Amino acid sequence: MTYQWNWGVFLQPSATGDDTYLGWMFAGLKMTLALSLSAWVVALLLGAVVGVLRTVPNKTLAGLATAYVELFRNIPLLVQLFIWYFVLPELLPTSLGDAFKQSHPVFQQFLASMLCLGLFTSARVAEQVRAGINSLPRGQKNAGLALGLTLPQTYRFVMMPMAFRLIVPPLTSEFLNIFKNSAVCSTIGLLELAAQGRQLVDYTAQPFESFIAVTVAYMAINVIVMTLMKRVEDKARVPGYMGGK
Amino acid sequence: MIKIANVSKHYGDFKVLTDCTTEVSKGEVIVVCGPSGSGKSTLIKCVNGLEPFQSGEIIVNGISVGDPKTNLSKLRAHVGMVFQNFELFPHMSITENLSVAQIKVLKRGKDEAMEKGLALLDRVGLKEHAHKYPGQLSGGQQQRVAIARALAMDPICMLFDEPTSALDPEMVNEVLDVMTELAQEGMTMMCVTHEMGFARRVADRVIFMDRGQIVEDDDKEAFFQNPRSERAQQFLAKILQH
Amino acid sequence: MYEFDWSSIPGALPFLWEGMVISLKITFAAVVVGIVWGTLLAMMRLSAIKPLSLFAAGYVNLFRAVPLVMVLLWFFLIVPRFIEELFNIPPGVDLRLSSAMIGFALFESAYYSEIIRAGIQSVPKGQMAACSALGMTYGQAMRLVVLPQAFRNMVPLLLTQAIILFQDTSLVYVSALADFFGAAYKVGDRDGRLVELLLFAGAVYFVICFAASSLVKRLQKKYQLA
Repeated sequence: MTYQWNWGVFLQPSATGDDTYLGWMFAGLKMTLALSLSAWVVALLLGAVVGVLRTVPNKTLAGLATAYVELFRNIPLLVQLFIWYFVLPELLPTSLGDAFKQSHPVFQQFLASMLCLGLFTSARVAEQVRAGINSLPRGQKNAGLALGLTLPQTYRFVMMPMAFRLIVPPLTSEFLNIFKNSAVCSTIGLLELAAQGRQLVDYTAQPFESFIAVTVAYMAINVIVMTLMKRVEDKARVPGYMGGK
Repeated sequence: MIKIANVSKHYGDFKVLTDCTTEVSKGEVIVVCGPSGSGKSTLIKCVNGLEPFQSGEIIVNGISVGDPKTNLSKLRAHVGMVFQNFELFPHMSITENLSVAQIKVLKRGKDEAMEKGLALLDRVGLKEHAHKYPGQLSGGQQQRVAIARALAMDPICMLFDEPTSALDPEMVNEVLDVMTELAQEGMTMMCVTHEMGFARRVADRVIFMDRGQIVEDDDKEAFFQNPRSERAQQFLAKILQH
Repeated sequence: MYEFDWSSIPGALPFLWEGMVISLKITFAAVVVGIVWGTLLAMMRLSAIKPLSLFAAGYVNLFRAVPLVMVLLWFFLIVPRFIEELFNIPPGVDLRLSSAMIGFALFESAYYSEIIRAGIQSVPKGQMAACSALGMTYGQAMRLVVLPQAFRNMVPLLLTQAIILFQDTSLVYVSALADFFGAAYKVGDRDGRLVELLLFAGAVYFVICFAASSLVKRLQKKYQLA
């Protein structure tokens, strides 16, 4: 191999002169984190609602929720992203579409990416929520109702708290996925971590260093999220129930 | 207090309940027995509307359960129910289990609910377990907590759905003792159970069900001494062998 | 309001079909390699030989920590340079499809290995004990008793993973390889009909994946009854 390693490349001023290449990497990292975390909030909220609706006795609501999940699960993330970014602004009422197209490009990319990732992940979260609720003994719902709680109250106080505790492990893996999936958003030009890595390959002649740095950054995110979620898992553990103390 | 008139229920072609009629007066203790799959659990769940039924009528304390206009939550708040598998809420401590419905349904204050819950917990002999979680108690203890939870709502009557069948044999009595005490205090009770000793001791009447029908509905003495139907005779012979 | 014009799709169908063939090729290669290599990884991971289990754990965790897009970029931008240099392949040769297949297969193996590991662990421990009692070697026990049961339990999960993989193949877009999605994008871009082509591509993926996952669900029910 004739490759010349040069880890000092990160400290060199960037091509545009206002920053170092390391600065680019950090900007990308910040974008990845901001995008993933905001999309996660969207995914959790929508996923909880849709997941609950899938289990309610009302056939229409449950059917709508099922359709939602199937729609977002059976189209590739990349295609969904392009639809959010390129298609939806065209289909919106003209004034709204124009307002979107005239906004700051980074805002456009971020909004489309956040909604795309958020809704995509919400369908997966909804499946976990549904599985969690369905894995509760049927008697729990009856016990709540028998005490005079209304159905929404039974969900709110009896089933949801338990279901969410049960699904912390699969939710952790969805949470990890959202960081990884956020790399797809580099395809519409959003300068997150993967995009910065790619840009570095173009600007410097040091592809290995930049790719290794980006890969290590993703692994670091992975480790940090897992450590955090482990603590959530410990907190959520119910005494005397499935491996609880 | 509870009036069940011509209640029928089916899943598709499968008949679960056929034309069931009976009555429970205030202060009465009724034991419902019968082979498994006879519909007794379904019948008792119809009483507080946990199971819908297609025809007939059930009136609890003057309120029609099957009427779509009835506020079932309000009705259930005053009809206590104890389940085969306890169904304590595993993510709540014992005190939370006892107080959650008092607070959310009866709108009692937190302190009041807590006090009431602890008093009942003391009554079922489990005061020292107040801060544990359900998973940390034995089955018999969980079922006693479940009874206390139902009592905390000041029920006008209690429904027991096979309260001892998920218990290890050595724990059955601690639960039956609580139930006996309750019966002696004059609580209106409808109990689905195979515990014939309990039936002999405290029941006023015994209902025997088979294949979704009420086959016998008799005074305790009459039922145990000379059951009229062959099926009840067979059932009793099998159970009493043990 | 936007006015739809679908007229550029019929003429582009042969080109789109070529793209679909590429997508299916990548899917197929990755599923086959993924299951074979994934099974080996799972067995290494569960083996008592420390270096093997450490290697498998490292491999699986590395690939599962990194976004697929990053893995694909590695394989498009960096690995080909290696190969060209190593095997003296002239720079003109198009290595994109083979790099895509290799990248996908190595990536998916990590996911398949986790599914298979769980499947193996779901077989009761007593089965292995019974095999040992009968005098079988570890390899025999795995091949004859444990793996057949494990795979039976895993079939729906393996198929579901294949559907996800098929969706993921659209990411070869980052290499400008004309898979089905890449082809649709190119046509849309050329004719100024991106809206229609993207919606069309979404609909095609939906129909295929929805039908496939419904089939998997039916299969799953059948298995449960058996």
